[in-house]
Amino acid sequence: MTTALGPRAGRPAQPRQGGAGASPARFSDALRCEWAKLTSVRSTWVTLLVSLLLGVGVGALISYLAGSHYATGGFRGRAWDPTAVSLRALTIAQLAIAVLGSLVVTSEYGTGMIRTSLTATPRRGRFLSSKAVVFTAVALVVGEIMAFAAFLLGQLAIGSNAPHTSLAAPDVLRAVIGAGLYLALIGLLSSCVGALVRNTAAAISSMVALLFVLPGVVQALPASWSNVITEWWPTQAGSQVYSLHRSAHTLSAWSGFAVLVVFTVIVFTAALWVIEHRDA
Amino acid sequence: MIEAVHLTKRYGTTTAVDDLSFTIEPGQVTGFLGPNGAGKTTTMRMVIGLDKPSSGSVTIDGRMYRDLPAPLREVGALLDAKALHGGRSAYNHLRVLALSNGLPLSRVDEVLKMVGLKDVASRRAGGYSLGMSQRLGVAGALLGDPGILMFDEPVNGLDPEGILWIRQLMRSLAAEGRTVLVSSHLMSEMALTADHLLVIGRGKLIADTGVQEFIDLSSAGTVVVRSRDDNLLAARLAEQGARTEPAVGGGLTASGVSSSLVGEIAFAAGIILDELTPQRASLEHAFMELTKDSVDFGASPSELASVGTDYPTTDGSR
Repeated sequence: MTTALGPRAGRPAQPRQGGAGASPARFSDALRCEWAKLTSVRSTWVTLLVSLLLGVGVGALISYLAGSHYATGGFRGRAWDPTAVSLRALTIAQLAIAVLGSLVVTSEYGTGMIRTSLTATPRRGRFLSSKAVVFTAVALVVGEIMAFAAFLLGQLAIGSNAPHTSLAAPDVLRAVIGAGLYLALIGLLSSCVGALVRNTAAAISSMVALLFVLPGVVQALPASWSNVITEWWPTQAGSQVYSLHRSAHTLSAWSGFAVLVVFTVIVFTAALWVIEHRDA
Repeated sequence: MIEAVHLTKRYGTTTAVDDLSFTIEPGQVTGFLGPNGAGKTTTMRMVIGLDKPSSGSVTIDGRMYRDLPAPLREVGALLDAKALHGGRSAYNHLRVLALSNGLPLSRVDEVLKMVGLKDVASRRAGGYSLGMSQRLGVAGALLGDPGILMFDEPVNGLDPEGILWIRQLMRSLAAEGRTVLVSSHLMSEMALTADHLLVIGRGKLIADTGVQEFIDLSSAGTVVVRSRDDNLLAARLAEQGARTEPAVGGGLTASGVSSSLVGEIAFAAGIILDELTPQRASLEHAFMELTKDSVDFGASPSELASVGTDYPTTDGSR
């Protein structure tokens, strides 16, 4: 085993200057680092594949079943909304995105990588922000692909059995684009929750509670309470952005989405504060 | 140069690091010595900003670690060889680090070659043995070609060849004018590698001194003497204020006197000496002498919680 140290080996003892003159690390370096992290572990690809299978595959199945039961009157008395039918599976797929969002942060804590990461990037705000930017961008691209694929494939699966719609119909394009935006935001929210709790299981449980359990529990409250909570509950309000029709006690598409944005910003700010003030 | 000023870290009621002030100079290997749980790791974590000091400060060439423009170019630290994502290959792990500080990717291949992991660089780092992980950790520390290097118990888990390699590495890094701080609870290891010692116990600074001075400082100054009349010699020595006790294997062990004074006393009393040997305390012995009051033998459960592991768990770190 040699101890050669490359260019420096054999140099006589002399006081060294610190890294003076070396180019400083920039935010773009942190972004490149986070991109390399995300793309160099298998769980990223597995989770993204699962989310696409859930969103598009299950979506097409739901659309086919709904379409074939339309004629037999399975939807009698209920409004037939082919856009909602084709995007139905996104409520399941969002969980896969949320899992990946959590993992992006919590796997750092779970593996101990966080100590190495924060040694390389001691500005913790920069560390968390670059992570958030990279993951949100990935989640947005995947989310939009999923939304468009689920919609187009879904309309095809509904086929000739039932009335279907197209992107040209009023508000449909907004709903499909909105679905991708919503998924990206859920992913970011999940990353922030991960930074708050620092544990994969806790982060995913929190997201399941936020997305599914608590909104369900609220239904048990008196209507005067549940209506208000349903209207303003961040994830439910946010989902209005991919809904064509406004039912009672819901916000409009973009104000609902704005509620989710504001909520995510608050959680992100809390995550920044926590990572800055807690020992790694 | 690493400079600590009244550096203190408290976890609840436990003080892990207690008012440490020291300067670590370039061009030599500084051994950071102390029993397990003395606060070595906590101190090193504060140097690189993983833990915030409760009070006091520690700086790198006059700046806080987090204010360094490209930290990996200035400080290379190996605190925990397993602090990585096991699903990433060694190459990708180092690539991630290089990207974060804008280092050229050619450095990744260079350091992989230096530590001898070039052939296994595409394997998952999670499958590495502890020895291979240590080498990968060293590669990460050397990545930015930094002027300051910090290793926490680097020989742990290494085979004899690896131990020899890391010793030579630390010596050559210091010979190149770099600042090298290496912690250990093994005195023998420090005797072989360190030029200077920083000894702590229970978070407090016990000694900040050269290796030889450290041995002299705590050397009890005992002399082993064998004579034809040990009883008479013991009495004469006692008159001169020296303490004696029977030595293992016959003769006396005298303390509080120099060997030349023992010789003079024996000569004056007309006693023939068969052996007169000054005992130089080993580094091991010196260390035990100095830290015997500060070893955490009687730790209460709450103290155990904070000293039981080198790294406080993420949830228990406050």
